[in-house]
Amino acid sequence: MGGPSNYQPKSAFAKWFHERLPVMDLVKGQVLDFPTPKNLNYWWTFGGILSVMLTVQILTGIVLSMHYTASVNSAFASVEHIMRNVNYGWLLRYLHSNGGSMFFVAAYIHIFRGMYYGSYKAPREVLWMIGVLIYLVMMATAFMGYVLPWGQMSFWGAKVITNLFSAIPFFGQAITTWLWGGFTVDDPTLNRFFSLHYLLPFVLAALVGLHIWALHVPGNNNPTGVSVKGSQDTVPFHPYYTMKDAFAIAVFLVVFMAFVSFAPNYLGHPLNYVEANPLVTPPHIVPEWYYLPFYAILRAIPDKLGGVVAMFGSILVLFALPWLDTSRVRSGTYRPIFKQFFWIFVIVCIGLGYLGSKPPEGAYVIWSRILTAYYFIHFLVILPLIGLLESPKPLPPSISDDVLAKAKSVAPAE
Amino acid sequence: MKLLKTLCLAAAGLVLLAGAAKAEPKDAKGVSYSFEGPFGTFDKGQLQRGYKVYKEVCAACHAMKFVAFRNLADPGGPGFTEKQVKALAATFKVLDGPDGNGDMFERPGVPADRFPAPFPNEPAARVANGGAYPPDLSLITKARAGWTGTFNQLFNGIGGPQYVYSVLTGYEDPPEELKKEQPEGRYYNPYFTSNQWIGMPPPLSDGQVTFDDGAPNTVADMAKDVSAFLVWTAEPKMEERKRLGFEVLVYLAVLSLLLYLVKKKIWARVEH
Repeated sequence: MGGPSNYQPKSAFAKWFHERLPVMDLVKGQVLDFPTPKNLNYWWTFGGILSVMLTVQILTGIVLSMHYTASVNSAFASVEHIMRNVNYGWLLRYLHSNGGSMFFVAAYIHIFRGMYYGSYKAPREVLWMIGVLIYLVMMATAFMGYVLPWGQMSFWGAKVITNLFSAIPFFGQAITTWLWGGFTVDDPTLNRFFSLHYLLPFVLAALVGLHIWALHVPGNNNPTGVSVKGSQDTVPFHPYYTMKDAFAIAVFLVVFMAFVSFAPNYLGHPLNYVEANPLVTPPHIVPEWYYLPFYAILRAIPDKLGGVVAMFGSILVLFALPWLDTSRVRSGTYRPIFKQFFWIFVIVCIGLGYLGSKPPEGAYVIWSRILTAYYFIHFLVILPLIGLLESPKPLPPSISDDVLAKAKSVAPAE
Repeated sequence: MKLLKTLCLAAAGLVLLAGAAKAEPKDAKGVSYSFEGPFGTFDKGQLQRGYKVYKEVCAACHAMKFVAFRNLADPGGPGFTEKQVKALAATFKVLDGPDGNGDMFERPGVPADRFPAPFPNEPAARVANGGAYPPDLSLITKARAGWTGTFNQLFNGIGGPQYVYSVLTGYEDPPEELKKEQPEGRYYNPYFTSNQWIGMPPPLSDGQVTFDDGAPNTVADMAKDVSAFLVWTAEPKMEERKRLGFEVLVYLAVLSLLLYLVKKKIWARVEH
């Protein structure tokens, strides 16, 4: 992290405290004064938004867990108790359930922003990989959280996903039994999911700490992808980005609260308001919307082990992204061919999400296979090749030069 | 994994079979209610009428285990007075006990009681209903969708009350080609979610329930009133949610505007 800070304690107390714990030094150097590229656009505000969402989830979750009971006999009823009898329980629960979805909305935008602007490239590979790890832990946390209300989709979703581990050769069945703590999804499964759902968010918070640490070593990437050349390229984080992030967070909260207030169940599934029944299988078992692309990949492969490998592979491949992209230019703005393939990739991911929501039959299966193949081809063939074949547009010499050039091109019109 | 495969195959098989016999259930009828939209509120009179339909018709077979009598006097609900609630709770028999001798006994309901279930357990309910299990109605309007489609549901809601309305008013003579397939004790209803043969006999007939406010009581009127009532039982805090939500949104909109102006002022100092 940055060099020695110039923090000077002003009061006698601040001096006394500073000599014992120089935390204000860290705050000043890494938060207030932290040099940040001055050309960051609004796509860069989603990091701050994600921190806010993690905080919202942890705070609402802690209170919800005071009223929730993790038992197959009373979990569903305890959620209804929260909705009906706990003071503002309905608000806490809707904030938490919609907050999960909003968390993923922000995470997906954050990830695609990193992909477009090449934020995973040297020297930010570790920063990117911690990000992928955060994403994995997020998915595990959200999955276990969705099981807790013990509705039909909770139960059957848990059954389908935990059953995936039975595809592991030789030990599959044993591992699944171990995960369940029994011979089917039952009380022990619900209890451990509750325990882990409470634990993992704090693991997430720790990983976010590392993510920010890894960010503060090289500093932010920026829309030009050109490294910071000197202090003329940066502004202190406060007040410039505290205020810009605060504005973006407030706007994001408007969207969040619009769902909570007027369509709180839109992002969920009606069947989760039916209590879990191990004897009645829903006709279509679908996961939450944010898993749908991976669900489509899972079902695209006709072989069970193959499907599981492809599904996990589709996330693990992200760890290798910094080395699969062979271009030395970071920002997609200066990469005319990459830019087109990036948008095709975004559409393919949305397409996979649509297919994941459909039953695995007929044309849906065929399209799932085509798009799954394309997903991997994008990372394993297209990205390495365009890095070698494409001739990028000339890069601006520095962030300041780019900013000035843009200002000039706008100026005559004024 | 074997199970998953079997499930998927079974699901696919079901869909194919259903596709051969008939399409998915019909989209629910597009009736509209006073509580729709960001500012919609419940019509108290309608909820009270809906309660009467539930009590006199539905409650014979359907439980409503998450709703207590006292809720009927809660703000944002049917607006019964506490005295009325006491009186109407007393019309239900509630199983209590064990008493000092270890026996269960029946007593009149009090406001703190939940609506008592009409059957002691699921097998008892099934045997009394030709093998079909009448679902609990507390959450029914949130547990059923009237139609599908990402954008359709975003703009029109998921259609829970419309589903209930459509099932209640949707009994028809089966089409000629299906008449032979009609199972014993089942009725043709193209809106029913699992398949078109529903175990519930047509529950409503014109004029069946007499409303205290003299409101019309055709099948359609009663279906609409009871489906509205069941929206309230599923979402009793809806009015509070919309009101608070609107206030929060106004606050956030003003805050966003102020933050934008602050941000603009600060950034005016640098070329960016």
